Amino acid sequence: MPFVPAILLTDWLVYFILTVVVAFALYARRHEHLRAPWRRVTRRPLAMSALVVLLVYVGIGLLDSTHFRLRDTEQDVAVSETRYSHEVLSVLDILLKPLRESSEKTYSAPFAVYAYTRETIVHADGSTSHIYPRLQYAGAHLHDASERPLDIAKRVAVASIQGTVIWIILLSAFAYFIARRKKETFGEVLHRLRRGQTEVPWRTILLTVGVLLILVFCALHLAPYYHLFGSDQVGRDVLYKSLKSIRTGLLIGTLTTLVMLPFAIMLGIMAGYFRSWADDIIQYVYTTLSSIPGVLLIAAAILSLQVYMANHPEDFNTLIVRSDTRLLFLCLILGVTSWTSLCRLLRGETLKLREVDYVQAAVALGARHTKIMMRHIFPNVMHIVLITVVLDFSGLVLAEAVLSYVGVGVDPTMDSWGNMINGARLEMAREPIVWWNLAAAFVFMFGLVLAANLFSDAVRDAFDPRLRR
Amino acid sequence: MDTRGHSIFQLPSAALLVFTLCASGSAWSAWNNPYPADEEGKNVLYSAFSERPKHLDPVRSYSSNEYVFIAQIYEPPFQYHYLKRPYVLQPLTATAVPEPVYLDKNNRRLPAKAPVASIAYSLYTIRIRAGIHYQPHPCFARDDNGNYRYHALTRPEIAEIGSIADFHHTGTRELVAADYIYQIKRLADPKLHSPIYGLMSQYILGLGDLARSIAARRRDVTDSYLDLNEFELEGARVLDRYTYQVKIRGKNPQFLYWMAMPFFAPMPLEADRFFSQPGMQEKNITLNWYAVGTGPYMLTVNDPNRQMVLERNPNYHDDFYPLEGEPGDESTGLLADAGKRLPFIDKVVFSLEKEDIPYWSKFLQGYYDRSGISAESFDQAIRISSTGDSMLTDEMADKGINLLTSVATSTFYFGFNMEDPVVGGYTERARTLRQAISIAIDFEEQISIFLNGRGIASQGPIPPGIFGYKTGREGINPHVYDWVSGQAQRKSIAVAKRLLAQAGYPNGRDARSGKPLLLYFDTTGTGPEDKARLEWMRKQFKKLNIELVVRATDYNRFQDKMLNGTAQMFVWGWNADYPDPENFVFLLYGPNKKVQNNGENAANYDSPEFNRLFERMKDMDNGPERQQIIDAMVEIARRDSPWAWGFHPKQFSLQHRWLYNVKPNLMANNTLKYLRLDPSLRVAKRVQWNQPVLWPLLVVLLGSVAAMIPAVAAYRRRETRII
Amino acid sequence: MIAYIIRRIFYAIPILIGVNVLTFTLFFIVNSPDDMARIHLGVKRVTPEAVANWKAEHGYDRPLLWNNTAQSADRVTNTIFFEHSVKLFMFDFGRSDDGRDIGSDIAKRMWPSLAIALPTFMVGLLTYITFAMLLAFFRGTYVDTGGVVLCVVMMSISGLFYIILGQYVFSKLWHLVPISGFDTGINAIKFLILPVIIGVVGGVGASTRLYRTFFLEEINKDYVRTARAKGLSELRVLFHHVLKNAMIPILTGVVVIIPLLFIGSLIMESFFAIPGLGSYTIDAINSQDFAIVRAMVFLGSVLYIIGLILTDISYTVVDPRVRLH
Repeated sequence: MPFVPAILLTDWLVYFILTVVVAFALYARRHEHLRAPWRRVTRRPLAMSALVVLLVYVGIGLLDSTHFRLRDTEQDVAVSETRYSHEVLSVLDILLKPLRESSEKTYSAPFAVYAYTRETIVHADGSTSHIYPRLQYAGAHLHDASERPLDIAKRVAVASIQGTVIWIILLSAFAYFIARRKKETFGEVLHRLRRGQTEVPWRTILLTVGVLLILVFCALHLAPYYHLFGSDQVGRDVLYKSLKSIRTGLLIGTLTTLVMLPFAIMLGIMAGYFRSWADDIIQYVYTTLSSIPGVLLIAAAILSLQVYMANHPEDFNTLIVRSDTRLLFLCLILGVTSWTSLCRLLRGETLKLREVDYVQAAVALGARHTKIMMRHIFPNVMHIVLITVVLDFSGLVLAEAVLSYVGVGVDPTMDSWGNMINGARLEMAREPIVWWNLAAAFVFMFGLVLAANLFSDAVRDAFDPRLRR
Repeated sequence: MDTRGHSIFQLPSAALLVFTLCASGSAWSAWNNPYPADEEGKNVLYSAFSERPKHLDPVRSYSSNEYVFIAQIYEPPFQYHYLKRPYVLQPLTATAVPEPVYLDKNNRRLPAKAPVASIAYSLYTIRIRAGIHYQPHPCFARDDNGNYRYHALTRPEIAEIGSIADFHHTGTRELVAADYIYQIKRLADPKLHSPIYGLMSQYILGLGDLARSIAARRRDVTDSYLDLNEFELEGARVLDRYTYQVKIRGKNPQFLYWMAMPFFAPMPLEADRFFSQPGMQEKNITLNWYAVGTGPYMLTVNDPNRQMVLERNPNYHDDFYPLEGEPGDESTGLLADAGKRLPFIDKVVFSLEKEDIPYWSKFLQGYYDRSGISAESFDQAIRISSTGDSMLTDEMADKGINLLTSVATSTFYFGFNMEDPVVGGYTERARTLRQAISIAIDFEEQISIFLNGRGIASQGPIPPGIFGYKTGREGINPHVYDWVSGQAQRKSIAVAKRLLAQAGYPNGRDARSGKPLLLYFDTTGTGPEDKARLEWMRKQFKKLNIELVVRATDYNRFQDKMLNGTAQMFVWGWNADYPDPENFVFLLYGPNKKVQNNGENAANYDSPEFNRLFERMKDMDNGPERQQIIDAMVEIARRDSPWAWGFHPKQFSLQHRWLYNVKPNLMANNTLKYLRLDPSLRVAKRVQWNQPVLWPLLVVLLGSVAAMIPAVAAYRRRETRII
Repeated sequence: MIAYIIRRIFYAIPILIGVNVLTFTLFFIVNSPDDMARIHLGVKRVTPEAVANWKAEHGYDRPLLWNNTAQSADRVTNTIFFEHSVKLFMFDFGRSDDGRDIGSDIAKRMWPSLAIALPTFMVGLLTYITFAMLLAFFRGTYVDTGGVVLCVVMMSISGLFYIILGQYVFSKLWHLVPISGFDTGINAIKFLILPVIIGVVGGVGASTRLYRTFFLEEINKDYVRTARAKGLSELRVLFHHVLKNAMIPILTGVVVIIPLLFIGSLIMESFFAIPGLGSYTIDAINSQDFAIVRAMVFLGSVLYIIGLILTDISYTVVDPRVRLH
């Protein structure tokens, strides 16, 4: 085998989330009361456009969540067993190999072919000069730096044409498929698409896909030859860093909610259903937890994790395992600090539901408590859970950056937008200013959070226009 | 915050109003002036501190950021000459730097040239100048009856006090020899945790006994104040009002250097009594936060959260600018003030500035008078000339900024834990592995990437400027460098790979087990700046195909690992206490091991031959013989490579042209008194450099108004439609 | 009413005990007293005796919860838990690990925190309400749609960007305000302008959007329609009827954070070097001064609980229909 899988803890959880989401989707398909609101979501052009963007992020995140170790190429003849490299890679790493390996010495600006700082070069004759040297990888195919604008323009043009062609093919295939299904002519479908006269706003979706396609193609054509977002202090490609950060952001946003959901749902429903002392205890627990300033709780917890890691180095022998554990732990502790609000909402809703006729009837008929909670109450508070999950997502992605600033965020060796912003603060003071790290983190983070915000708005409106936060 | 500020904020478009208020309230230039407008043009030096000082008590303070303050206030008997190099001691409050008298076991006097082995004790007799007075301070204040006014305060009286400035009466007293003895006794007070107590108890006779009797007394008496004069200390006694004597074990030429540090500054009994009153601690008014001294400055504002202010001590004794210096000082103007009375500057304002960015920006705006250079601002400030020298950029030169550089007497090294089963040990296998790594870690590159070249790669433990350091061909480390066309050149990675193979790890794999070699780097670095460094470090090992695992922990855990000897590789630093090679070579002395002995030998290096040579070298006076021994020691260490060496940082400092008499002095800390400045030039430049840019505000204002016009029109239309 | 408040205060006590026990467990698992001692004694030349001394002096040499060697009541009181956690209830914060009195430091640093948090809060509230009203007023026009989109966009930008860019542009490029720092009295204003503006701008997106929905909800109610039918101008309706009623959810929503203004903002204070409680906490986290962190956790919890009580009270004040029992 050319590789062995090296699945991280968080990878498993990602697969788990994926399974749950797919299962839920299948389940929702068969239940009209769940399908209806989702259908409302699909009618909103902005939300669907946001969904496309989100899917791209999720796709990148998933590619980055499949880890393995490659077989060592330098085999020792003496040792017969196959050996694998100790470097853990993901599918994304393989796809981005040119970016990963084109590491310069230090900073370089976006699209630059010369280094950002001057260096002392020793010439063959022993004399030295202090100049901006050419970069090792970026623009290495150019004989002369002055060819650069033309080269870039050419590549952009080719990429745009390719993207457009692919898009047109996609569009035609899609229209053909619809035409077949709806038994209309190809022309009619195209006409309706152009006019935006479809139930699902396909026009917006297809346009978004088109724009993204062209962007991706431009990146494909340019990134192997230039650093699109420059390179950082040790010369790593910033685009690569930003793409790797996507997984971190997504995980923080989703794992945290996943971790807190069982507690919040169980305790919230129990408190509202049983009332009396169960309610008192649960209320006490969440009031206590929520009255501790979140940052301080997280700080204390992260510090204690570090102690544990230092005492058990054998369990965390590679960097990637260490940072992965820390990420998971951060999600856990963020979950602890954020489950209380959902719990409170669920408790309130359950209190109301308990008085509803059919629940009363079930109680009168002597149904078991667990059954009532599972059968009657849980499905009826599902929408609150869903809305909370979607709404919390963007907030958590933003929180990661702040926590990294305070020094209790993800592992500093891990790629994350928080770490990038944090590092960028120092770079802003350089002269000339190093802005590209900040800009890249901004663009990628903004894209994800904006899409998430737009999408969650639609979900909230569709499921419960009255529920606000 | 007073209420006027609040009411203004509640008004709409508050920002603009406040801008107008600021503009009318002060000079046009002062919009971004962080200091009060009435300080403009005064003889005030502006500086910054990055971290709040932890201890201002000279008996505890042991870090340069605290010395910045207390060295200006507390005066030990000696100081380093400001201008002369190599560093020499000169008297400060003493009348002369004493020659020690050597005694044998039976306290009989020995000749000055006596062999070290025969010397049992050294005796230092220090005579201080008469007529030196302490700064005005409430602890000396007496009432009309001659009793101390503030020595028996009641709790309600203390409750009304916010800071030391709330005491209206002050007094002073002449400096006497007893004050010095009092301070030496304080070194032994277990309550004060003097960081050098452990070391000094080996030297000063009877210090350990003193500590034990103080501890015993403290157990019986709950009172926080204890008059240390009740205790006897064999090694330090007063001879007369102005003379005292210190007796130490053996011969120790470095002891004089210790006596030039604030640990040996005078402490008036009155101050201790004053600050020890019950209730003062709750107000944070303690000797640990306030200072009482004879120095050129006194601490008048003490808000470690924001600002510390030193003001001229009106009682300061006669002290004059040095008359002679190094050759060349004359031409650079450093002797222009020769013989003038010190200090020149009236007031020094230190503001808390935790981050480099605002510090640097304010320096460029003229709000700080001097600055170091961080890596971020380096390219803006410095360009390297074609000959490799550092020069100011045109932008800085146009502003009239001056640059001073010096190689610090400190070393940052990459250490191997010699007790580690893989990288440690004294086998040929481990030694070659370490040598291979030493070659692979390209410190020249690290210096150029992370320090912008502000450092030199080290060839051994001793930095330049310290006796025993060698330059040129004979100074290089032959295990790591070759001498190529007049320069030290790091050996190629091929050599390192060959050594690695010799050590039994061909191409980064253990030849015996076939497993890849996994090494661990222990560090405290968790910040974003560290990330790049760690990445770089991994790249270095990658060159040898060794996987480097970074074990980053918090500082505590790191200390633990170092103490337990569970760390594998680490980076450590050392800053000279005094200009003597002993202070660096002892970092590799076996009995100084971190593990077991909790010493400063972090690599736990223990070579019998090295230890033997160290013991010989330690107490020798500088000379060819000492040089020879040092050379031999350095060679042993280079071969064993307990460190992959590292670098000695270079200090770059910038000052504006209105600041005079600046000369880097790595040993002296009481240098503020020598500085002089020209406030009127500073005012002019600040105005010129800080013209506010207003048009963007107008654009925003007009833009938002313009954006509203169509909206209002739309509203009008709707209104009319409704009606 | 008063009986209710008293009951609420009693109810707060078990919560504070819970907070205390939780933080105690966390902090004493994280760091053994040995570690703390080593940090605070400095890097150079630390001996084991010095560590033992330090622990003894700070009371960390005692057992955690139960002292077997002591007599009667001392068995409980002569412990780390009693000395360092129980005393917090009497607001006796003790000394920080570097020997300063925490209570006195908190009392001093509270004011700069308030000086920045209060104006941010007030100006912010005013701005958000104004903008929300503007959007509600221009509902259905491009101002409204554009405004809402702008709100979502602004919400999606991390607060750190506002701070980094604001500081860069206003202070570094335009020389309008000092880059960072603080002063007392009227001189503080020039230091506060930028953090306050950035603080307000950072919250504009989320709050304006939320308040806008409050306004729209009121506008669509029957009484507003009646008022409008009576021929009142839109402006009058908005100011006289809608504003008054929309203020209820807005004010009851923000009451909970008023006590927390004393704590200030962690991030803002450390960026602008404001010597308040926020930067105090960050420094404590960085230097691992757990005595301070414990004190701040406790203080934060107390203030939060006060905020909750105030919220309850504010409901009765603005809406007499709500009865407390």
